[in-house]
Amino acid sequence: MYVKDRLRRSMMFVPGNNPGMIRDAHIYGADSIMFDLEDSVAYSEKDSARFLVYNALKTLHFGTKETVVRINDLGSGLGIKDLEAVVRAGVQVVRLPKTDSAQDVIDCEREIERIEREAGIPVGSTGMMAAIESANGVLNAAEIAKASKRLIGVALGAEDYVTDLKTTRSDGIELLFARSMILNAARAAGIAALDTVYSDVNNEEGFVAEATLIKKLGFDGKSVINPRQIEPLHKVFMPAEKDLAKARAIMEAIAEANARGSGVASLKGKMIDKPVVTRAKRLLDLYEAGSKISEVEDD
Amino acid sequence: MKLIKTSTAGTMESNDIMITLEPREEGGISIDLTSNVMQQFGRQIENVIRETLTKNGVENAAVIAVDKGALDCTICARCCTAIFRAAESDAYEWEVKQNVR
Repeated sequence: MYVKDRLRRSMMFVPGNNPGMIRDAHIYGADSIMFDLEDSVAYSEKDSARFLVYNALKTLHFGTKETVVRINDLGSGLGIKDLEAVVRAGVQVVRLPKTDSAQDVIDCEREIERIEREAGIPVGSTGMMAAIESANGVLNAAEIAKASKRLIGVALGAEDYVTDLKTTRSDGIELLFARSMILNAARAAGIAALDTVYSDVNNEEGFVAEATLIKKLGFDGKSVINPRQIEPLHKVFMPAEKDLAKARAIMEAIAEANARGSGVASLKGKMIDKPVVTRAKRLLDLYEAGSKISEVEDD
Repeated sequence: MKLIKTSTAGTMESNDIMITLEPREEGGISIDLTSNVMQQFGRQIENVIRETLTKNGVENAAVIAVDKGALDCTICARCCTAIFRAAESDAYEWEVKQNVR
């Protein structure tokens, strides 16, 4: 069973045909582990990867990590076979690649529901996320994000997207429109916004700059392709001590005002507006969730 | 399950197992296993291979397995891949994980 709203700072891609990487995937601290049956698997090994991910999901324990499988697209003929395996194996979230329209989400959901019914799994147990990887998909992002109650988030797949735009990845300006569209679509639908991978694993400075940018924009997290990217990414998302102190002071002022029976709270002579409280609470929740996950990993 | 050709699945990488499956008309199942953890897990690996073949209705086959420290779930997955490749079939009956229902 999936959880709609949870911490998803990092979603680590794990090649679906690599037993060693699958075995060790949970030890690196990513919030979500994303087993890949699509681009990282050669066409001749699609069957092999499907069997491997299916057996791993059924028998291995991944602790507090969210399990996600990126299936092949339904149009390839492989996606349905992937769903038959991973839904029965109890994956929490199916990542649908190359989502161009709301209909793609609806078609995938219909297949998931059919499999859940056939297998006797409670309908609605399997979550979904949609990866948007084309100009069409970006323009349809708002409808895509609202196409199913199962959607936990929408993600940007930048490599295919920039190819569709007839450009290449550079300093990020080429992705600004897509990121803004996807982020707004996610927020309007009340789901997570997840950023694309940063492919140059040896360039930590560039990775941190990109992570900082997407956090500023408002994204919940980012896909990673190497365990080395997890810690710097989580550091970017960790609230700064001065922000935490301010958020705690805001929440204390609110609590004091409530205790007095007053509807108006102030801090250092300034009235505290509702959006300020919302942001403070979100910051403290993020800090608490991050700390809790660290504690579980330390145990 | 009728095997119609020789098949292989898996790799020689660490944590994996390479399974070669040859169809036979009779003679049951023979397993030629090489493993760097033969002493500790040889019998367990053979059991997983034999159980997976039996479960999928394979009664006669020669198996050559080169193990590089694979977990049971990997051994099972590579065996299934080899079986369905040898049978030129993709009609595997996926089972539901316990506790999911």
